Amino acid sequence: MDVRLSPEQVALRDSVVQVVAYLAAKTVADLDDSERTAKLDAAVTAAGWRELRTATDDGRPWSSAVEAALVAEELARGLGDTAFIGPTLAAELRRLAGAPSASAPETVALSPDLRALDAATVAVDAAGATVALVVDGSSLASAPLDTSPVIIDLTRPSAAIGRTRTALGDLSHDDLARWTALGLALTSADLVGAMRGAVALTQAYAIERRQYGASIGSFQAVQHLLADAHVAAEGSRSVALHAAWAVDALAPGDAVAAGAVAKAYCARAARSVCETAVQVHGGIGNTWECLAHVYLRRALLSTDILGGVGPNLERVLAHEGVADGLR
Amino acid sequence: MDFGDSSAEAEFRARLRAWLETNNPGLPASSTDDDYWRGQAAWHQSLYDGGFFGLSWSKAIGGHELPTVYDVILDEELSAAGTPPRPSLGYLVQGILEHGNDDIQRRFLPGIVNGRDRWCQGFSEPDAGSDLASLRTRADRDGDDYVIAGHKVWTSYSDDADWCLVLARTDHDVPVHKGISAFALPMRQPGVEQRPLRMINGITKEFGEVIFDGARVPAANMIGEPGEGWPLAMTVVSHEREPGELGYVARYKKIVKELTQQVQRNPVAYNTEQRRDLAWAIVEAEMLRLHVCRRLSDRLDGIVHGPEGSVDKLLMTSTEQAVGHAAVSIGGSAHDGGDDTWLKVYLYSRAQSVMGGTSQIQRNLVARRILRLPA
Repeated sequence: MDVRLSPEQVALRDSVVQVVAYLAAKTVADLDDSERTAKLDAAVTAAGWRELRTATDDGRPWSSAVEAALVAEELARGLGDTAFIGPTLAAELRRLAGAPSASAPETVALSPDLRALDAATVAVDAAGATVALVVDGSSLASAPLDTSPVIIDLTRPSAAIGRTRTALGDLSHDDLARWTALGLALTSADLVGAMRGAVALTQAYAIERRQYGASIGSFQAVQHLLADAHVAAEGSRSVALHAAWAVDALAPGDAVAAGAVAKAYCARAARSVCETAVQVHGGIGNTWECLAHVYLRRALLSTDILGGVGPNLERVLAHEGVADGLR
Repeated sequence: MDFGDSSAEAEFRARLRAWLETNNPGLPASSTDDDYWRGQAAWHQSLYDGGFFGLSWSKAIGGHELPTVYDVILDEELSAAGTPPRPSLGYLVQGILEHGNDDIQRRFLPGIVNGRDRWCQGFSEPDAGSDLASLRTRADRDGDDYVIAGHKVWTSYSDDADWCLVLARTDHDVPVHKGISAFALPMRQPGVEQRPLRMINGITKEFGEVIFDGARVPAANMIGEPGEGWPLAMTVVSHEREPGELGYVARYKKIVKELTQQVQRNPVAYNTEQRRDLAWAIVEAEMLRLHVCRRLSDRLDGIVHGPEGSVDKLLMTSTEQAVGHAAVSIGGSAHDGGDDTWLKVYLYSRAQSVMGGTSQIQRNLVARRILRLPA
């Protein structure tokens, strides 16, 4: 056991950090700068990060889920408004079904509450995509995307999908479990990144903002809120890292359980941490111009993809052999 | 990045698992039953004699010089076998290793590690809890000895101890942090009075208070230089905050496993709230195991944790208290006069946010030392 990142993983993470630092939005107004967004998208495309889970000649992915999770975490930390989790999960579906690689940008579609692949109506993380992959039972197909985006997370639009289907292949029960494990690991990593970004934003504000003639970060009430947020993010990082490793290293059922532990923990933590970010920013934190709600909105989307606390506590209990889950 | 076993780790795990099959002392859960403490010394010695204690410490003091992550394997296998956790005294060893001279290390560390010498830690006093530096126990030089007078409290295992790592004031003319020295004091002598304290769950063997009135300790038993007591205390408490040092993951996993089995045996008896409490206990205990994997892996680089210990302490506390909530939720409070073990587990869990530095103090440390928020 040695859960330190390899030098190659550190290098990958550092390159994502660099791209995000240079090209991601620094203010809410920056989110409307389409020239900047296009540059970020081009940089991520050029780096090939969305293809980490496409198949090599022997059907295995180009890299492990740990690499994909590192990219997800750093994109979220810097509020990277470019597609990543959606295209990565689409590539994984194609790989598992033995379908050819995508010819155009695509993502995945989920149920209206985003908890499941079944009864898909909503394509998530759909920026730049023209197609979404849908799973009906064990059949993988593609569906066209409606062009008008739905924007809840200001960094990652969703879109409705059309009615036509083009069959692409079939997925086994184990394939779907493996895919679910990847989805839980990547959304957990995204939540960790959002938490770390929200803590850093709020830490800087608490030092800069003065009331009663002092920096508000000197007040113990504020310090304890931020300390709890930091601690929650650190615990989350440990479970999310394990969930990412588990995707390729454990049996499918155990990998899903590792993902469920991570997702339940990270979803609860992220809501609390992002709400703390809004709270410590005071009145400013409740305005559109403050980045705190951008983190909160990003966390809401990543929480809902494959379910937040409740569905994942159910998965945990099921894996432990407790009949009827939460009932 | 690998959470799995190397071949050497797998071999160690198999050997340990085989040993545990015939060496489980079958003690009740720690901290809920005085019988646990009656059998704890024998468990420590058995684990040591089996070759499974002090895994990462040097061979000179009885350790095995294995990588730090072997402690994770030990904790996992102990909880899977349902044995007690490993003895929690790494912090004492680390304090003496960092501050004691060769003579002190040679005389005391082997006995601590092999479990033949029992130790307690005389830090807190009635008027010096979180504000430890204000302690008033004094050590006055008399020939080759120091004479100790004062009152210690919250002294874990004091009734069983042969030795006490005691902090006492040796210099009254300097700022409070600078006048404290540390000693290895023999407990079995006149001038040492030990009184048990009854904790909120009723156990009496874990906690005590100690009155020193003319107890003598040789000057050669001073650990570190005169005035080095404060930095030594900080070394000890920072390690005392680390779940990887304490081995508590095994305790939480064992309790969670027993609670899960209880629900599995009769699932219809448990409602949504109880199931949610159980699920959170499972998640929290697993989080702590994985967090310890991360911290102990970091130590493979030789990283010594400073303020991060406060993060770990707060995570360990949330785990212990989530496990405590599940215990009382699923096990109940024994209002019918039945087995009250789960009630005791719950009540004991409240101490985790106080012992080794309160959660309030840990949050102060995280805010100031890690987040660098202003004073």
